[in-house]
Amino acid sequence: MSTATQAPRAQAPRNYLNADYGWRSWLFTLDHKRIALLYLVSVTLFFMIGGFFAVLMRIHLVEPQGALVQPETYNKLFTLHGVVMIFFFMIPAIPAVLGNFLVPLMIGARDLAFPKLNLLSWYIYLVGGIFTLYAALAGGVDTGWTFYTPYSSTYSNTQVTAVAVAVFITGFSSILTGLNFIVTIHKMRAPGLTWYRLPLFLWSIYATSIIMTLGTPVLAITIFLLALEHLFHVGIFSPALGGDPLLFQHLFWFYSHPAVYIMILPSMGVVSEIIACFARKRIFGYKVVGFSSVAIAVLGFLVWGHHMFVTGQSVYAGLIFSFLSFLVAIPSAIKVFNWTSTLYKGSISYEAPMLYALGFIGLFTMGGLTGMFLASLATDVHLNGTYFIVAHFHYIMVGGTVMGYLSGLHFWWPKISGRKYPNGWAALSAVIIFIGFNLTFFPQFILGYLGMPRRYAFYPAEFQVLNVMSSAGASILGVGYLIPLIYFFWSMRYGPVAEANPWGATGLEWQTSSPPPTENFAQTPIVTEEAYAYAAKEETSGA
Amino acid sequence: MPDVHAEHAQIDHTGLAHQFEDLDQQQDADTLGIWLFLVTEIMFFGGMFAAYAIFRWLYFAAFAGGSHILDIRLGAANTVVLLASSLTMALSVRSAQTGNRRALVVFLILTMILGGVFLGVKAYEYNQKFVEHIVPSLDWAPEGDVLARLAPGGLNHAQLYFFFYFAMTGLHALHMIIGMGLLFWLVLRARKGSFTPRYFAPVEVVGLYWHFVDIVWIFLFPLLYLIGGRY
Amino acid sequence: MSHQIVPLKTYVLVFVSLIGLTLLTTAVAFVDLGAVNTVVALVIAFSKMILVMLFFMHLRHSGGLVRIILLAGFFWMALLIALTMSDYRTRTWISPPDAWSITAPPTHP
Repeated sequence: MSTATQAPRAQAPRNYLNADYGWRSWLFTLDHKRIALLYLVSVTLFFMIGGFFAVLMRIHLVEPQGALVQPETYNKLFTLHGVVMIFFFMIPAIPAVLGNFLVPLMIGARDLAFPKLNLLSWYIYLVGGIFTLYAALAGGVDTGWTFYTPYSSTYSNTQVTAVAVAVFITGFSSILTGLNFIVTIHKMRAPGLTWYRLPLFLWSIYATSIIMTLGTPVLAITIFLLALEHLFHVGIFSPALGGDPLLFQHLFWFYSHPAVYIMILPSMGVVSEIIACFARKRIFGYKVVGFSSVAIAVLGFLVWGHHMFVTGQSVYAGLIFSFLSFLVAIPSAIKVFNWTSTLYKGSISYEAPMLYALGFIGLFTMGGLTGMFLASLATDVHLNGTYFIVAHFHYIMVGGTVMGYLSGLHFWWPKISGRKYPNGWAALSAVIIFIGFNLTFFPQFILGYLGMPRRYAFYPAEFQVLNVMSSAGASILGVGYLIPLIYFFWSMRYGPVAEANPWGATGLEWQTSSPPPTENFAQTPIVTEEAYAYAAKEETSGA
Repeated sequence: MPDVHAEHAQIDHTGLAHQFEDLDQQQDADTLGIWLFLVTEIMFFGGMFAAYAIFRWLYFAAFAGGSHILDIRLGAANTVVLLASSLTMALSVRSAQTGNRRALVVFLILTMILGGVFLGVKAYEYNQKFVEHIVPSLDWAPEGDVLARLAPGGLNHAQLYFFFYFAMTGLHALHMIIGMGLLFWLVLRARKGSFTPRYFAPVEVVGLYWHFVDIVWIFLFPLLYLIGGRY
Repeated sequence: MSHQIVPLKTYVLVFVSLIGLTLLTTAVAFVDLGAVNTVVALVIAFSKMILVMLFFMHLRHSGGLVRIILLAGFFWMALLIALTMSDYRTRTWISPPDAWSITAPPTHP
């Protein structure tokens, strides 16, 4: 990349970070870039809280009879780990941090379509988070993040209503963010920026926003019905009174399955950007990759029944859902093939963002392939409710989404902060995370296949070795996550000042200074070339 | 660096937000935004409709029995009231388009009054349910003629019907109350002269929301009041 | 998006039609058409909705994007209802296999 020169620290040019000072300028900001940073701080905090619950769980599981807590407490730990991680980290992380920061920049706009709604989204998210923390401190919840009835509606005496209210509220943050992105991408693109010139990150954000807007309201009504049932016991989910617990599951999973695509699609978008930049090549099959994002969004709504194969759901419905679940794997596979083809004969360099992106491709593929076992009705009967499932979704969510998130943070950090971080430490932590992650979760595939149930506070003694391996891996993973925290903070004060385009990447966000001025661009840019014109860059710059 | 602000000063930018190039783009974005929000509302009510559809199919007799206890005249009258409020809302948007400030305020207030009538009738209907002791969980003790009509379909299943009655009309009423608040805000702004024929997006946006709430009721009326026929 | 001003007459005509349809659907409820009662009620409700959307909500002048988005919303809701309903409708079509009858009978009493 470019040689690092120490620019004089005397007078930094006016940018969005130094445009105004004081807590009011941050908490009442309408600037999408500042709101992105507000989200960055809060999602990091919730990641640590959710991670803390996970640490307690893995310590507890070192012993077959449980090493740390009572079974009732263990139930609360895995519930809160799931609730906090999914609703307060996984779903908002890339859209609300990277999406908020980059969407206007990537399309050449001054801000999103609705800046006030954007700030409101953050406050809504905070209120939901505070409710959740209150519930955690006031006794916790032990229903699992899936809130299955009738346990959650009739029998549990934990803070079900509080968490239900929290999730209900937080959903609106998601809905408003998705709405904002859709309108912005439709109506505010710079002159010359046609749909087929958009960076693929924006295609994936757009597809994600479709899911956020269409799916989250169903979660809201489901939680609303659950809360009513918890309070009034009319019986919609209670067989004794003529209700059906499966109705809750249908409504819940109608959102919660597409929700996992909310979590993975933006990460895939990041990977497309990174692969193109660090292979110095346009993405192979641009249109196919773009449309595959939309296909995942649409097909993702048709498969929710695969979470209910063993619940007593109709076998015929199960057949349909199984078939559709196989179909939804296809667009994801297409992306993997296209990334690989992009890498072929590219000039690859192995900076930290690329290491994370390559890790993503391998780990996401493993997670996705293991999903095929679960989509298949017969094998799912054996694997459902076991650690195989836990390993499957962690490979996708942590090996996939979190790696993609870190990849994006490392890629755009110079743009966001105006500083560079030490690449040696960044590469090292990427490797530590990769090793720690696999050590944590690969044993869980084996555990699940051998029959260890999930959500259990104790297990047969013959599973101890694998559990200890998993817990050891978790501690390595934790170290891996801490290192970037340190050097990102360090870089804000001591990191070399970043130039406008330290990676030599394409994309409008790199055409403005690092960090950008508040209004993003001095003049509205005009776009005349395709999205990943790296070959043209090579010819003109002779780099 | 050209001074972008000097150029803009000559054109009328009443109400133009800084992120947009011109009022047309802003109005386009506002309109798209509210329609997207209405789509989220479709999915929100849709989940409730899905649950309703399942239980209606499972326990049709109980749902029909419960439905026949509702006062069809009040339901029909309320439907007419709400449709009228949609008319006055559409006329208020039209008044904003033509720059007629007085008419705009009058029609907004009329819309509020009609909305209030609707809510008043609903309050009366809810109270009737308490009188007849057919409020699920809170006051469920049907007796006499009401009990005779609900018993054949199963009392538990009848309670499910009334759960949906209260949940669906209650959710709808909540949306109406929010709508009334939005209308009140519009009246205040309209009286101050905030809206011109070039800039009246808030009126249009609230109007779309109001019509949507009306459409929900257009479906709630037959789905709750007209189950199974009353012959 | 409406730059066009809809004539007053159109609004009133639409309103009168809506009232007419409301009276119609109420009247039909007193006639025994069996299962068709529900169909008629929904068709009428649907027509009222179309009238409100096209004229009161200016959908006629709103352009393709809004219509696609609206269609997507309705389609998604239909998906939710239909696929969920398909479980309930087909649950009794086949009984799940009884594992114990396939293998040897259980040894405990």
